[in-house]
Amino acid sequence: MTTKNLQLKKLLTLDNAAHLLMRNTVPILFILISAMAIPLSEFSFSYLSQELMTRLIRNSFLVLSLLIPIIAGMGLNFGMVLGAMAGQVGLIFVTDWNIVGMPGVFLAMIISTPLAILLGLICGIILNKASGKEMVTGFVLAFFAQGVYQLVVLYGMGAIIPIERLTLVLSRGYGIRNTVNLIGIRSSLDSAISFDLGPVPIPVVTLFIIALFCLFVVWFRKTKLGQDMKAIGQDMHVAEAAGIRVLRTRIISIIISTVLACWGQIIYLQNMGTLNTYNSHEQIGMFSIAALLVGGATVSKAQISHVFVGVILFHLMFIVSPMAGKNLIGSAMLGEYFRGFVTYGVISAALVVHAWTRFKTNQRQRQHLRGN
Amino acid sequence: MTTSGPLLQVEGVSKDFFGTNVLSDINFNLEKGEILGLVGENGAGKSTLMNILFGMKVISSTGGYSGQILFEGKQTSFKNPLEALNSGIGMVHQEFSLIPGLTATENILLNSEPTRYNFLTELFGPRLSTLDRYEMQIRAIAAINKLGFRLDQDMLVSQMPVGHKQFTEISRELDRKNIKLLVLDEPTAVLTESEAQILLKSLKTLASDGIGIIIISHRLSEIMDITDKVVVLCDGKIIHTSKTSDTTVDKIAECMVGRSGVLESSKAHAQKEQAQKEIILKVENLWVDMPGEHIEDVSFDVIRGEIFGIGGLAGQGKLGIPNGIMGYFESGGNVYFSGKKCNLGNPREALDQEMAFVSEDRKGVGLLLDEPIDWNIVFTAMQTKDQFLKSYLWGLIKWRDSKAMSKVSKQYINELEIKCLNEWQHVRQLSGGNQQKICLAKAFVLDPKLLFVSEPTRGIDVGAKSIVLDTLRKINKQKGTTIIMVSSELEEMRGICDRIAIVDKGKIAGILPADSSSISFGKLMAGVGETL
Repeated sequence: MTTKNLQLKKLLTLDNAAHLLMRNTVPILFILISAMAIPLSEFSFSYLSQELMTRLIRNSFLVLSLLIPIIAGMGLNFGMVLGAMAGQVGLIFVTDWNIVGMPGVFLAMIISTPLAILLGLICGIILNKASGKEMVTGFVLAFFAQGVYQLVVLYGMGAIIPIERLTLVLSRGYGIRNTVNLIGIRSSLDSAISFDLGPVPIPVVTLFIIALFCLFVVWFRKTKLGQDMKAIGQDMHVAEAAGIRVLRTRIISIIISTVLACWGQIIYLQNMGTLNTYNSHEQIGMFSIAALLVGGATVSKAQISHVFVGVILFHLMFIVSPMAGKNLIGSAMLGEYFRGFVTYGVISAALVVHAWTRFKTNQRQRQHLRGN
Repeated sequence: MTTSGPLLQVEGVSKDFFGTNVLSDINFNLEKGEILGLVGENGAGKSTLMNILFGMKVISSTGGYSGQILFEGKQTSFKNPLEALNSGIGMVHQEFSLIPGLTATENILLNSEPTRYNFLTELFGPRLSTLDRYEMQIRAIAAINKLGFRLDQDMLVSQMPVGHKQFTEISRELDRKNIKLLVLDEPTAVLTESEAQILLKSLKTLASDGIGIIIISHRLSEIMDITDKVVVLCDGKIIHTSKTSDTTVDKIAECMVGRSGVLESSKAHAQKEQAQKEIILKVENLWVDMPGEHIEDVSFDVIRGEIFGIGGLAGQGKLGIPNGIMGYFESGGNVYFSGKKCNLGNPREALDQEMAFVSEDRKGVGLLLDEPIDWNIVFTAMQTKDQFLKSYLWGLIKWRDSKAMSKVSKQYINELEIKCLNEWQHVRQLSGGNQQKICLAKAFVLDPKLLFVSEPTRGIDVGAKSIVLDTLRKINKQKGTTIIMVSSELEEMRGICDRIAIVDKGKIAGILPADSSSISFGKLMAGVGETL
């Protein structure tokens, strides 16, 4: 009993408390802001929990797809946007061929997977060339891919790539319309098996898929490949000296992430029910990354729990902030502005805090070398 | 003992890098179960020899080597380190190659983990099999037990004391089933006395199991303790091979420093009269946290007007001293310059006190590579002393004085024989020797009272070397500038310095007059010197 008390005392030193606070700055900040904004928004508990459940099933898969590159030390994969694009191409075809319901969703996944693998491969090769600057490279790469995507979808589809349904095509005869109505597959996963828990509908199939993904991540960490990635993520040179094929492994991690992001985007869009052909993929990278960081993950360390905490906190803020803004100042615009402000603010804050923590840890480790 | 004959035969191995001989005609044998000590100064060719043995890329990409290496009687020439590993040669490096976030077990079995089958491997290949944690534990413990050191196999490497990391590293080599030859590069450098004893004992046990061991070390007492045979390298040649029992520490130390003919000039120089012994720099309990060149507790005095040498092997901390005093790295302790206490950690303040530093990191710290020569020469003077500036509007606007810049640059180009097109040529286009001369010129323009020069002759050709050394001597004699020279080239320092301090393990092992015998310097470097 006394030893336990001693240990507890040891844990509760000021230094450790400060360390703990420092490491969780971002989530703590979010909890504080939400705690203030929720009463201001005047939303009911049941409305909030409904909304949160929707966001959770929409976004979790996408955010989970970010985990594996972090294990491999490649930071936050801004290249996931490429996967999202692949998913959207799959959805366009499925809509064109009028394949509805669950078969439509799965067919879209099957069609888009080879495309996602190809894009992941290209992305991985490029990121290998920019070792150490993966995040910013991935970010710019997504902008570039946006151009290619537009070329294919806006000019290629209907002209070179046959699209049958006229409702999909712009009136000039080629190019996909701004919005594609996904009525055929809308909520087909979510409402396949579903029951209500009080006011909140529980989509069993989607949750099951997400749970499966979590199990996959847990299992993956235990495989040889997962162990290799962990080693590479910590020290590429040592891993290489041990005979691990570093470049190849890094490419594999990006491919896995891109394919998963592609499936994630399909799950996301079947929930939404409409595809904004030229915008849907754009923000998804930024929002997913912000959500993961809000959950307490860093550029080099992320766990499954970070994903769910992050999605809940980040989207809670998203839901309540416009209304809170409206009630407080009489303008929903301010809340809208606040959303964007917060997203980018979180990413910057998390990156700065991460760099600073690393500096501090380094300093702590070298303390014994620095005289008395 | 299935095969007879030596485990490793090195026959007539030579290697040159772009015409410079770094190894010539190396011959030695290593029997099974024998421990061979490889001794030599930095740059003697030890690491090149090991690189050849392991088939490192640096060797093949620079034209390979001549001579042959026989391993277990068969001629071998490994194409990469992995082949060497697979043939049963293990290497323990000086820097740890461990992964900090993994446990000892995971590191020991890195990329050779036992795995369990699952159906997904049929689809995606063996890398999707899961790790067999239980089997991993067993193998790790077995490897650790061979060492006879109690190492916690579940501890994260990042939480280990340095000594444990070293043992983890060695255990990793021991885990290989077919390990026949183990090479250890300065294995005891980071260990405490008692850990070193354990390590040496376990090496003996390993040797008695039939593993051949090559140990590179400059701690001669260890070499005498555990090796069967000693090979001393100097300037790429083997200058001494003998059974350990037939030789002495003195003999090895003398061979290691080599070139027993002491330069005549040094003797004359060292007798220079120190008229009034005024202390210009007093260093007390200095510590410097410079990665790889860490200084623990150093005290020394420098007399006005002398050339003070600081020597020692790489990684022992000699470079930390000037870098710490000039404020480039985190440091502490008391430093008094001309009787005034210096505020450490601020390069600007050191410069303002008229200290100057020619850094060993020529390209990183010393030069603005993409700027012309004249800019480089006057840059520090312009920043710290407002020289080479014309001021207009009562000092509101300051413009560069190109004429003055040009003049002073031309003067130094002539004096130091800098080979260039003109003073506007970009520094990147010059050779290493000429870049070094510009670094010196840059320091001379400041007209410092105390000049630190760090590794002034590293990586430059012979002609440039003598000009650099002559210039230092001249500036010392004519202007009376006190110079502190840090260098790995002991012979050069003995030619130019008045006194030389040898740094070992982050502390000063001793300070000797430059004309002391080679043996006494060699012993200080080897950690067997008598403390003064």
